[in-house]
Amino acid sequence: MQRRQFFAGMAAAAMLAFAAPGHAQAPIRIGSVLSVTGPASFLGDPEARTLRLYIDRINQAGGVLGRRLELVLYDDGGDANRARTFATRLVEDDRVIAVVGGTTTGTSMAMIPVFEEAKIPFISLAGGIEIIEPVKPFTFKTPHTDKMACEKIFDDLRKRGLTRVGLISGTGGFGASMRNQCLRVAGEFGIQIVADERYGPGDTDMTPQLTRMRNVPGGVQAVINADFGQGPAIVTRNFAQLNMGVPLYQSHGVASRSFIELAGAAAEGVRLPAAALLVAEQLPDNDPQKRVVMAYKQLYESTQNQPVSTFGGHAYDGLMILVEAIKRANSTDGTRIRDAIRATRGFVGTGGVVNMSATDHMGLDLSAFRMIEIRNGTWKLID
Amino acid sequence: MDQLLQFVFSGLTVGAVYALVALGFTLIYNASDVINFAQGEFVMLGGMVTVFAYAAGVPLPLAALLAVAVAVATGLALHRFAIEPARGANAVTLIIITIGASILIRGIAQIVFDKQFHRFPSFSGEDPIAVLGASILPQSLWVLGGAAIIVALLWLFMEKTLLGKAVRATAANRLAARLVGIDTALVLALAFGVSGAIGALAGILVTPITLTSVTVGTLLALKGFAAAMLGGIGNPVGAVAGGLALGLLEALAAGFISSTYKDAVAFVVIIAVLFVLPQGLFGKRAVERV
Repeated sequence: MQRRQFFAGMAAAAMLAFAAPGHAQAPIRIGSVLSVTGPASFLGDPEARTLRLYIDRINQAGGVLGRRLELVLYDDGGDANRARTFATRLVEDDRVIAVVGGTTTGTSMAMIPVFEEAKIPFISLAGGIEIIEPVKPFTFKTPHTDKMACEKIFDDLRKRGLTRVGLISGTGGFGASMRNQCLRVAGEFGIQIVADERYGPGDTDMTPQLTRMRNVPGGVQAVINADFGQGPAIVTRNFAQLNMGVPLYQSHGVASRSFIELAGAAAEGVRLPAAALLVAEQLPDNDPQKRVVMAYKQLYESTQNQPVSTFGGHAYDGLMILVEAIKRANSTDGTRIRDAIRATRGFVGTGGVVNMSATDHMGLDLSAFRMIEIRNGTWKLID
Repeated sequence: MDQLLQFVFSGLTVGAVYALVALGFTLIYNASDVINFAQGEFVMLGGMVTVFAYAAGVPLPLAALLAVAVAVATGLALHRFAIEPARGANAVTLIIITIGASILIRGIAQIVFDKQFHRFPSFSGEDPIAVLGASILPQSLWVLGGAAIIVALLWLFMEKTLLGKAVRATAANRLAARLVGIDTALVLALAFGVSGAIGALAGILVTPITLTSVTVGTLLALKGFAAAMLGGIGNPVGAVAGGLALGLLEALAAGFISSTYKDAVAFVVIIAVLFVLPQGLFGKRAVERV
């Protein structure tokens, strides 16, 4: 038994020895824990596809620092407990040098302590602002926050001279968080939230809430709906049914084709803040993001046979920021890579132009969001 | 006034669906003492099968018919392969079996269909109808009318046909029913089949308004169960009244009190009612019948 193991070991060593000259050094291991299955699979699946696609491309082009990249990817199924277990495995067994991933705010928050303790840079792909506020030394994120969505909408309202706003939000994590952020920043834009209605995750009729809003003394001049999934589609339909007669704003949470399909004709005229990727073709040629988003869109759609989504774009941004940081650091040491990520300036991604700093571990400003209106059943860039 | 009317429209539409789910609970409960927690999955199947058949090019009425057939077959299979083999078991065991069945049905549906939300067009246009300052969707009238017709047909079946009388006899006293020659196993199968059909019809009627996905059944089963308890479990009139009352309570609570606490308000009222009337609103009559 022992002898057989010995020979097997010899054989493996011999094979390694023959294989070695092609790759002078061991590959650089990048870890990822995504929600490829489960309720958040519509986010995690395009993220996983994007990481695999671009790591292959980078390797074909010669890798990074002369070494191949190796992706170690686990699927947490949307479960924060499992995400944490996988995070530990990435650190202790797989010995990755950095991690891109964490599909949801819940799974990301569960993994942060593991990576912080191991001093491994972690770029999250989730939206929640608590990931980077307060700033944690090794934690970054690429997607826009719900606070920015509120600010972008309020900015647009201010331009239209509308100040009295009704807010209707889902009680789920996304809706509740965005509601809090909107209430917090409304004052800075001179916006008055005169109605604050809510609905549950499985609710199928929001006409009572909207009727109440319509009858607020003094009236509302615009309505904002903070949620994703089927809720906003129903709110939009109810909104049309009641003939509310004021502008309706949705969040970046509905920036997918299925929202237009579910809401039907009622979606006409609805505005929402979204990433440039959603309207890639409509960007003017001098837009700094045009080239990047068109290239990502074309490569993704031609290789994956499915329409591009902004969620996969977040994974692209995270991976590219990391790869550039490794090159600049010229090292695979966690702290050096972290310093290089933090020094990212003028990186053009699908989510916007990224300028990180010691106090800003996301690096996006309001220009990263585009105001989009739904016209003739499709997205129209208006700003 | 127009505000109140709007809340009532909303409450009745949602309530009609709760009523149909509660009716499905009642049928099976009467025939077998089982609370069938897979009842919500029939509603889901009604909506999802119609969506996918319609998307595949089947005309809407035919797609709806297909959905009803699938739900009836599922109901019969649930009875034949899960309830019937365990017929010696007590009611609690059977209830747990139905919960397992609902998870199984949802899981299979997730593989056969997908996890996204879907809808198909309303039966007669999307333009809301204005009534005294409030507005109602044509599809809401379909839901209310459809629910009324289903309840009427069920009543005729129960009161006027021999088979319906056999169901009522089984509900009243299973042993006595068997003694007078009623095939109670057949009655039970019938109850599952008809419950499946009612659930599917509810799903088909309401999907253009509420959208559907493989997960809608769970919440509907809970709300329908609450409605059945409120009306008095085992009483068809109570099921309908309980469903409409629950829908109205939710809409009025959201409209007049607070949308944050609307579910809480509805359930507090239910608990209060059951505290005073433990048999539910119409439960007493059921006790007398036994």
